[in-house]
Amino acid sequence: MPSQELAVIVKNLCKSFKLPHEQHSGIKQRIINIFKGIKGYEIQKVLDDVSFEIKKGEFFGIVGRNGSGKSTLLKILAGIYVPDKGLVQVKGSLTPFIELGVGFNPELTGRENVFLNGALLGFSEVEMNEMYGSIVEFAELESFMDQKLKNYSSGMQVRLAFSIAIRARSDILLVDEVLAVGDAAFQSKCFDYFYKLKKSDTTVIFVSHDQGALERFCDRCILLDKGMNISYGETKKVLSKYSGIAFERLENDEITINNSKKNEKKASPQAMIENTVTLDEDGDEKNKFSYGSKITIEYDIKFLKDTNNPIMGVTIWQKNVDKAFIATNTLIDGYKDSGAFKKGDHLRLTFKLPRTLNSGEYIIEPALANEAGTVFYDKQPNAATFFINGGNNPYSILSFDEKMIYKKQP
Amino acid sequence: MKLSNIFSRRNRILLRELVITDFKLRYQGSVLGYAWSILKPLFLFAIMYVVFGMLIKLGSVEHYSVYLLLGIVLWTFFSEATNQGMGSIVGRGDLLRKISFPKYIIVLSTTISALVNLMLNLTIVAIFMLINGVHLNVSAWMLPLYIVEIYVLALGLASLLSALNVKYRDTGHIWEIIMQAAFYATPIIYPLSIVIDKSEIAAKFIMMNPIAQAIQGARYSLITHDTATVASLFKNGWYVLIPIGIVIIIFAIGASYFKKNSKYFAENV
Repeated sequence: MPSQELAVIVKNLCKSFKLPHEQHSGIKQRIINIFKGIKGYEIQKVLDDVSFEIKKGEFFGIVGRNGSGKSTLLKILAGIYVPDKGLVQVKGSLTPFIELGVGFNPELTGRENVFLNGALLGFSEVEMNEMYGSIVEFAELESFMDQKLKNYSSGMQVRLAFSIAIRARSDILLVDEVLAVGDAAFQSKCFDYFYKLKKSDTTVIFVSHDQGALERFCDRCILLDKGMNISYGETKKVLSKYSGIAFERLENDEITINNSKKNEKKASPQAMIENTVTLDEDGDEKNKFSYGSKITIEYDIKFLKDTNNPIMGVTIWQKNVDKAFIATNTLIDGYKDSGAFKKGDHLRLTFKLPRTLNSGEYIIEPALANEAGTVFYDKQPNAATFFINGGNNPYSILSFDEKMIYKKQP
Repeated sequence: MKLSNIFSRRNRILLRELVITDFKLRYQGSVLGYAWSILKPLFLFAIMYVVFGMLIKLGSVEHYSVYLLLGIVLWTFFSEATNQGMGSIVGRGDLLRKISFPKYIIVLSTTISALVNLMLNLTIVAIFMLINGVHLNVSAWMLPLYIVEIYVLALGLASLLSALNVKYRDTGHIWEIIMQAAFYATPIIYPLSIVIDKSEIAAKFIMMNPIAQAIQGARYSLITHDTATVASLFKNGWYVLIPIGIVIIIFAIGASYFKKNSKYFAENV
């Protein structure tokens, strides 16, 4: 529960790193560089004038793309790095575990690692002896404790590390990407622990990519991009901004992929799909939409030979999801015989999307097959992408008009 | 860096656990395990004894075997503490990047493991003394003081070298050469008397080296009063303050250089 008291104050924080150009960790290279007048390194600004405050008891998120300076910020808060400029004030004790299982050594047994990791968190041997039983029980590793850590599966290692980490008692906890590992059962254990923390007085600083987790736990967030503070405040507000900039980059990546694909494509002898686009309700070509917009997919087919009753279809995927959520074609849609087309004929297909598509990135895959559906004349796995922003449900692909109803039972 | 801070509860716990881990890991996977920490100096001693005690007789010293063994054991301690201390910060980079704690604990823990090894080796020296019929002198109480002197010197050097090693990985190679030279510049295998016979000035110069002074002092107090020491060479015991002063200066330089650079270990390592 956040209070008005402040736990962390960061003001005008700047940090840059010297990045050596080439192998530079030698006296010889340094002398050569002096003679050549080469500096031998590049200064990279990792954090640029970042300011924020964290209240006591708050669950505070740090969000940003890879390389945006999140981890550096966390490390400065933990006292691992020193800031170049600016003020960092931390009130109260702080557990500096940035990652789980710090100091874990594969050559030691599970038991020995528990004591070593415990010592790094500040527990004496006596204290660890008291906790040992419950740590092992929580990790469900009773029969493995006298084996060397290198013989553990990665899941077992994480379980053990997590069981020790949650023993840490301090006013402020720093957590970096813990949820990225472990199976579903382990993740639900993590979530339980976080709910407990959220209700307690502990201040938690949480770095994650997982928008769902951030939204569920964090009271407020800060969004970093290229080391700068882009957005700071209410989690919802910050996350919507985050999906905006995250997509920007994905879109740029996509364009290069598409171009390379186009160059590779072999000329199809029978027919060709062209110009796959998404249109808004005015019929203008667009690929970024806000939630609830009318979206129409359109593509052209050019026949290079005479073709009878081809099946024309379209599949729509959500990025990073294996199963297509819309897959249809002229056969499914009830056109038994699509017709006979002559060489040089030109068709345009359109398909309207439901307006209840939730935020995310979507990929369009148009395809064209023969009458029996056994041969693809053309199929373009990544013909176009579009983005949907906003909405209030990041958990499913579609929203529904129906609402939940709840009534107290007598 | 306050003294109360150095030995705060958390740091004590950490130091203890790191020393224990160090020991557990050192002979991990070897059949003889800890025995190696005794066997290594013992074999070095055996080789040196055959070469310099039997083949090429280097002067005549009472109880030469014990005399040689003590020298080798103390040198091994110094060499182990500086070498392992030097690599300790780079070697523990994984910890430094992930958790914030006083960096000197790492150097302290490796030098303390070397100290524990020394204690094991000194029991071997004690056994040799018994076999050779060396009588324990009253002056034996001085031995811990010499060990402290070598330890402080080694700690100062380890701090300096470990910090240098983060920036320049050449440090290890340079130190290896220096240690080779220092081994022969220190009266370990040869008795100092053969240097005195040739040039007393050279002998005096050698004894300004704190390691030489401490080893000779240890031999004097433990094995035989025939050993040449700073006091016997200069006819004035106060000259011992010069090597001790060198130890203090090196320690101060090492500690301050380490402290100045330790803030950036996590970024540079």
